Formats: sequence, C-alpha cells, structure tokens
Amino acid sequence: MTVTYPLLINAVITGLLMGGFYAALSVGATVAFGLLDIVNIAHPTFAVIGAYAVLVLNRTFNIDPILAGLLLTPVFYGAGTLLYRVYYHFFERRGDDAMRGLAFFFGLMFLAEVVLIILFGVDFRYVQAPYITTTLNYGPIALPLRLAVPFAGSLVMLVALELFLKKTFIGHAIVAVAQDPFALRLVAASPVRIKRIAFGVACASAALAGAFIIVIEPLQPAVGRDFIGRVFAICVFGGLGSLPGTVVAAISLGLVENLTTVFIGPSWSPAVAFGALLATLAWRPSGLFGRS
Amino acid sequence: MGNWRFLAIAVGVAAATFGVAVWINLDYLFFAGYVILQYVVLATAWNILGGYAGYMNLGVSAFFALGAYTTVALETALKLPLPLTIPAAGIVAGVVGFGMGYLTLRLKGIYFAIATLALAVVAETFVTNWDYVGGSAGAYLLHPRRGPWFGSYTEYLFLLMLILATLAVILARMVERSWVGYGLTAIRDDEVAAEATGVPTLRLKLFATALSGALMGMAGAPLPYYVSFLEPASAFNLGYAVTTIAMPMIGGTKTWLGPLIGSLLLATTQQVATVTISSEVNLLVVGVLLVGFVMLAPNGIVGWFQRR
Repeated sequence: MTVTYPLLINAVITGLLMGGFYAALSVGATVAFGLLDIVNIAHPTFAVIGAYAVLVLNRTFNIDPILAGLLLTPVFYGAGTLLYRVYYHFFERRGDDAMRGLAFFFGLMFLAEVVLIILFGVDFRYVQAPYITTTLNYGPIALPLRLAVPFAGSLVMLVALELFLKKTFIGHAIVAVAQDPFALRLVAASPVRIKRIAFGVACASAALAGAFIIVIEPLQPAVGRDFIGRVFAICVFGGLGSLPGTVVAAISLGLVENLTTVFIGPSWSPAVAFGALLATLAWRPSGLFGRS
Repeated sequence: MGNWRFLAIAVGVAAATFGVAVWINLDYLFFAGYVILQYVVLATAWNILGGYAGYMNLGVSAFFALGAYTTVALETALKLPLPLTIPAAGIVAGVVGFGMGYLTLRLKGIYFAIATLALAVVAETFVTNWDYVGGSAGAYLLHPRRGPWFGSYTEYLFLLMLILATLAVILARMVERSWVGYGLTAIRDDEVAAEATGVPTLRLKLFATALSGALMGMAGAPLPYYVSFLEPASAFNLGYAVTTIAMPMIGGTKTWLGPLIGSLLLATTQQVATVTISSEVNLLVVGVLLVGFVMLAPNGIVGWFQRR
C-alpha cells in the first residue's frame, strides 16, 4: 500500500478526534480508579446503557443525541451515588473490596449486557441528527462531523471536570480523599460523602460518553466490552486520576490505533490498546503523569 | 485425609459416576453431563489462582478458547487425536498464563485482572484474523458417530471430561494442602507480610497462573468436537467467564470443595433452565447469583456450614 500524504493527514485527524472521545469515555473510569480506588470495569458498559437511553429519547421525542446525553447526566449521577452506597455497604466498609468488588462490577457489567439484549436485541441501532451524515471537506482533508462534534463535546466536558476538580471545594476534597482521607475528616468533610459525590460524577460522565458512542458508531449491547481494554490502557498509561494525563494517553492511543487501522489493517487495531496496556504495566506502572 | 486416600476416593467417585451414566445409557445425559464437568474443571482451575491467592482472572474465556483453537489447529495441521491435543492445549494456555503473569503479577491484583480481561478481546481478534483455523467464518470439526473404543462419541467426550475434572479436583486439593497452597493463602491475606516472611510470592503466583490457565485450556480442548462448529464469537463468549467466576463465589473460594459444589449446582441448574426456560433468562440468573453471592455471602455455601 502506498502511503499518500492526504491518507496520512486524514488518519491523523481521525485519530485525534477518536482520541478526544476516548478521553471522555475514560475520564469516569480514571476518576473512580485513580482517585476513589474503585475499579469500575463496568464503566464502558454504563456508557452503553447511556447510549441506549439516548437512543430511546432520540427516537421517542426527537431530541438531539448530545442534548439527550446532557439531560441524562442528573439521572446517571443519582444512579451512581446509589451504586456507591451499595458498594460502600457491602464491600468498602468491610475492607475486602479489592477482589470481590471487582467480581461485583464484573457481574453488573454482564447483567447490564444481558438486560440490554433482552430489551433491545442484538441488532445495530442508530440515532438521527443532521451532523451525523455531514462531512466538511477542505481540499484533500475531510472532517466528518460525526467525529468532530463528539470531540468538541468531549473537550468541553473534560475542561468542565478539570475546573470542578481544581476550583471547587468538593473538587479539592475529591482529590484529597485519594491522598489522605483522615486529613479530610479534620476539615469536617466526610470521606464517604465525598466519594459518593465523586462516583456520581464519574457515572454522570458515562451518560455523555454514551451519547458520543451512538453518534460515532452504530450501537450494540456488547460494544462496551470492546472499550474496556482501551479505557483501562488509557487510565493506566495516563497515570491514574490525572485528567491531563488521560487526555494525552487517549489521544496517543487514538492516533496509534488509527494509523494501525489505515496502514496495517482495521482488524488489528484492538491489539494496539492491549499492547499499550501490557507495555505500560511492564515498564512504567505509574503511567506518564502518575504519582509514583 | 492423605493425598493417596483422597486420590483413591476421587477415582472411585468418578468411576461410579461413569458406571451409573453408562447404566442409564441416555445420550442426552452424556451431552448435558459433559457441560457440567467442563464447568467443574473451569471453576476448580479458576479457584487455584482466584480463590487461594485472591488474584482475579477475568479472561477465563480466552484460556478456554485458546485450548479449543489449539485442537482445531493441531487437527488441521497434523490430524492429532483429541487425547494428544488436550495436553497440547494445556501447554499453550499455560504458557500464555505464565507470560501474562510475568508482565503483570508484580503489580496489584487489579492490574492483572484488567490485563486478563483485555487478553480475551485480543485473543479473539487474533483468532478472528487467523484464517488457518477458520477465521471469523468458523471451523467445522465433525466427529464420528461412535467413540474410538465403545459407546457413542458423546460418551467418549464425557469420559474425557470426567477424567479432566477428577484430575483438576485432585490437583487443586494437592496444591491447597501443600506449602504452595499455604503460600498462596498468605498472599491473599497479606502479600507484603508474606513477602517479608520469605514466601516467594512472584514464583507462587506464576505457578498458580500457569497451572490454572493450563487446566482451563485443557477444558476447552474437546469443545470443537462437542459443538462440531466453532467460531470465535461463541468460543470467546463472556458467558464462560462469568459462569466460571460465579461458581466458586457461590460455593466458596477457600477450599477445593467450594468450586466443586458451586459448579455442580449452578451448571446443573443451567442445564435444566436451558431446556425449560430461554437461554437469556438463564444468563440473567447466573449474573444475579454472582452479584448476589458476592454481596451477601462472601464465603459461599461452604461458609454456611463452617464454624465461625
């Protein structure tokens, strides 16, 4: 295959745009994993639940998918805080959260998939929005809005989250709960309440990420599983809990994956995330931006 | 009870099981029994690492399917018979487990778990792209109607799986009662303390991962003959992983008895439910049981009967 200049440019652009979306999908997992020590492997599946909810809203009320995702965030926030209560009660409080907590989220992921299959079947589903089918062309460069709109949405969401963590009291407390829960008690903030809020926020991000999923590609209940490798490769590579690290890791992964797709073959792209994950774990477990 | 006495009892129970099955002589019994025994192997194998050492392997389907595809590859290339591809499948899956473990087991257990989950996706990608073993279109492996020695071929597969299940239970119990098992338990309870008191943690974890992976691979080896048509999506089905993990969680993870009880109960229930209710509802039941037991009964069924 000859490597032409436009082909390369377009592969890089697609990679960048996908990387932004990967960052949005991973940010909830990295907050839960890195800051709260909750390994929510069901996070990508929660995003798929969000995507199906967006689908229903879009089909029933003809709401724009991304607006629908935004409308769903309070619902997902509530569900997330509720789930944290359950998790806290059964696992964290007893102190043996590591292995059984993981089994719990693994079971939830599987249950969610089975329920989605029972409700929606295994056919691929789409949403309708004007920008999904539009592509802007600048000479040889193509900019599909199907990817560009979720990319912009992802950036807005990430900036908002970073501001929340860096500028508000609750945000500071969330970062602090990872470092020293006891010190947090001294300033009269309950670590459990702070973690509940943080887990709610992480789940709320899944609703928006779900909207991006269904804008970018057709939806199927098992799609979430394809993202697990990517999401956790990004979490680990970006240094757990670091938002800038997550963005850099996600965009790098998006780029490498797309260049692999274009120049080696699409069927090999899932191996990229896995390779990145194993390499990071083997040589630099604290990630790019991690506190070692 | 010593290892030899247990060995004698286990072989006796297995022989009696086979005797009763042959006496009833219902082909469906062999057909359903094969699946139940396959889960006895998977759950027992998973528990060697997951239960004793507390390291979650979420990529059960990867090891299982690698075993199945080893059989397909060796049958296509060399026409090797099943009794030879089973140990080969064990070696392939064991080596993969060892390699993954070598890269990730020095870290917290969480990283190992995530890596195994990702392994399932990548192994599936690899097999889907490998046209020699059928690729995404799948592979046919038709078996003769009769077994090589006696009875139907299903009866033969049942016997092989019964031998594997007996072997797995005996090995798991041997590991549990040896210094290796005590070392693994120490890792589960407090890895840093274990390391500090001279337990060779990494070596024990690697041993457990390789043994556990090898047994899972061996459990998958006869699958192509059992289903006749094997394709990646069904071989790498997440259902295998969830069911396998649910079984020790239901039975109890601390002894060899837990996964045995859990797998016999759950797999039998599943066989009945698949016939009487739909298979989706069946999966739903497995998921609910897994989540329920993990939340409410941390020590499983065995825990109910133990003195507190």
